[in-house]
Amino acid sequence: MDIQPLDFEKPIFDLERRLQDLKTHSDKHDVDLDSAVAAIEAKLRDTRRQVYGNLTAWQRVQIARHTQRPFALDYIERCFTDWSELHGDRRFADDRAMPCGLAMFDGQRCVVITHQKGRNTKENVMRNFGCAHPEGYRKALRVMWLGEKFRMPIISLIDTPGAYPGIGSEERHISEAIAVNLREMIRLRAPIIAAVIGEGGSGGALGIGVADRVLILENAYYSVISPEACSAILWRDRRHAAEAAEALKLTAQDLLKLEVVDEIVPEPEGGAHRDYDTATKNLGSALRRNLAQISKIPIDELLKQRYEKFRRFGSFTGDKAATASARS
Amino acid sequence: MPIFKKPTIKAESGRKREIPRGLFQKCPGCAEVVPEIELVQNQRVCPRCDYHFAQPAKERLQNLLDPETFVEMDADLKSVDVLRFQGMVTYKDRLKKYRESTGLLDAVISGYGILDGYKVAIAVMDFGFLAATMGSVVGERITRTIEYGTAERCAVIIVAASGGARMYEGMLSLMQMAKTSGALARHAEARLPYISVLTNPTTAGVMASFGSLGDVIIAEPRSMIGFAGPRVIKETTHQDLPQRFQTAEFLEEHGLIDMIVHRKKMREQISRLLSYFVVTP
Ligand SMILES: [Zn+2]
Repeated sequence: MDIQPLDFEKPIFDLERRLQDLKTHSDKHDVDLDSAVAAIEAKLRDTRRQVYGNLTAWQRVQIARHTQRPFALDYIERCFTDWSELHGDRRFADDRAMPCGLAMFDGQRCVVITHQKGRNTKENVMRNFGCAHPEGYRKALRVMWLGEKFRMPIISLIDTPGAYPGIGSEERHISEAIAVNLREMIRLRAPIIAAVIGEGGSGGALGIGVADRVLILENAYYSVISPEACSAILWRDRRHAAEAAEALKLTAQDLLKLEVVDEIVPEPEGGAHRDYDTATKNLGSALRRNLAQISKIPIDELLKQRYEKFRRFGSFTGDKAATASARS
Repeated sequence: MPIFKKPTIKAESGRKREIPRGLFQKCPGCAEVVPEIELVQNQRVCPRCDYHFAQPAKERLQNLLDPETFVEMDADLKSVDVLRFQGMVTYKDRLKKYRESTGLLDAVISGYGILDGYKVAIAVMDFGFLAATMGSVVGERITRTIEYGTAERCAVIIVAASGGARMYEGMLSLMQMAKTSGALARHAEARLPYISVLTNPTTAGVMASFGSLGDVIIAEPRSMIGFAGPRVIKETTHQDLPQRFQTAEFLEEHGLIDMIVHRKKMREQISRLLSYFVVTP
């Protein structure tokens, strides 16, 4: 698969092409260009380190949105076996933007709920660009309840630009669907791991994101609002998305500092789309380790910890004084 | 410990007087000009067409609760600029501006009081403060209100109004949705009532959390209620929006809202609901 370079990767791709040309030339004409090849290889290494070692928030957002990035079903194919997709919310429709089902992970039965994006027009029509309607969230909850009933852990793979802003979404109460998931996931009696594998778009991501462990891939992002929409509100046009991305502190690295996520899953250099096998291996081992940890915790204790984990979020002052005066 | 004084504004009667500029409002419902005084005395409902104007949280608490029964909790909680938000405007400046213009520290007033004899834990959002967006302080005060209700075994009432999550606090603001919903899960498990009152406008993160989770969901007439903004929906779908789309009336028709209640009947209606839900010992 030819990788589509992103704008900021052009210098790397140019060097790679020059290196390729040089090698071809050297073979064809049987001339020794070893020193020239070595020089370009050194430059390539430096450039890669320079570019990938200093990714801006906006560049990471672009990697997270790369159409060749592994999507949920790519991970399911490589990390899991015996995938049985379960369709429909038993109320209105089957939301193809959120495949949910049962699968084996490491010989263990699991419930898997996901967002799925498309790579081409046809897939995107089917998957609605990974933007789910209320049916997706209701299906996810129905399938998660199977995990509670039949004692299976739940693995949630998050990758959505956001819940779908459409007429049907509103008519069938997308807000309520997400809200109910938040309330039910906090008390769901099964271990839950969520992993943001690409885009963590606001409420649409959080709607399957209440979990005992929240992981995020190195170049994935998780944000309260898209950088473009934030730019449109604050700068009155969408061209300041890069600055907005920086301000929102939406990268995996920022979110780990804020303790919004528990762990960063490393990606191959240049992003998960450069090497599916490594990306899969890394996600698999992170899931395995976290699943082993939380499966050991008695469920009542786990639920207490889950509540506390989300209860803690927030940053404010005046805490003690206020509580004291209110109680007096 | 009552925090409110009786309103000092009194209408002058019998004498024609000039209304200074700014002391009257044009009604978005009927386009008539309504004196501010008349609005305040009428719970900020247009006396001509019943349009419900935004009502400051303090006034609403006065209207809902029995006189001098409200005790504010967590009044000192203040938002901090945890992300050091850098943009066209800084979060610090925004907070300062709205603290000055509203006299509030943030977009919610919370505590407990008596509603027609029933003890309630209550939080009221104030749209005048940064579009009542939900950041850490709003989320924390609402969560504490719910937890107080659970601990004291009383009903929780939340009067919502909100433009959504507060983007200046990034993901910490999004997490308030999970935090408040989590507290409501425990309140529900304790078999205690929660009444959600939606006012104009209630959208996005607040609708996608506690706003939608009431045992009973009440809305004020003609309130705009929804998840995404109508402009975003239009731009995304390239479709014309249905008549009265995202209004309280539309949502009642589509099955989300239990009842639409006029502001002046709100206290009476909530009291009637509590008479069913609150088991008096
Ligand atoms: Zn009017």
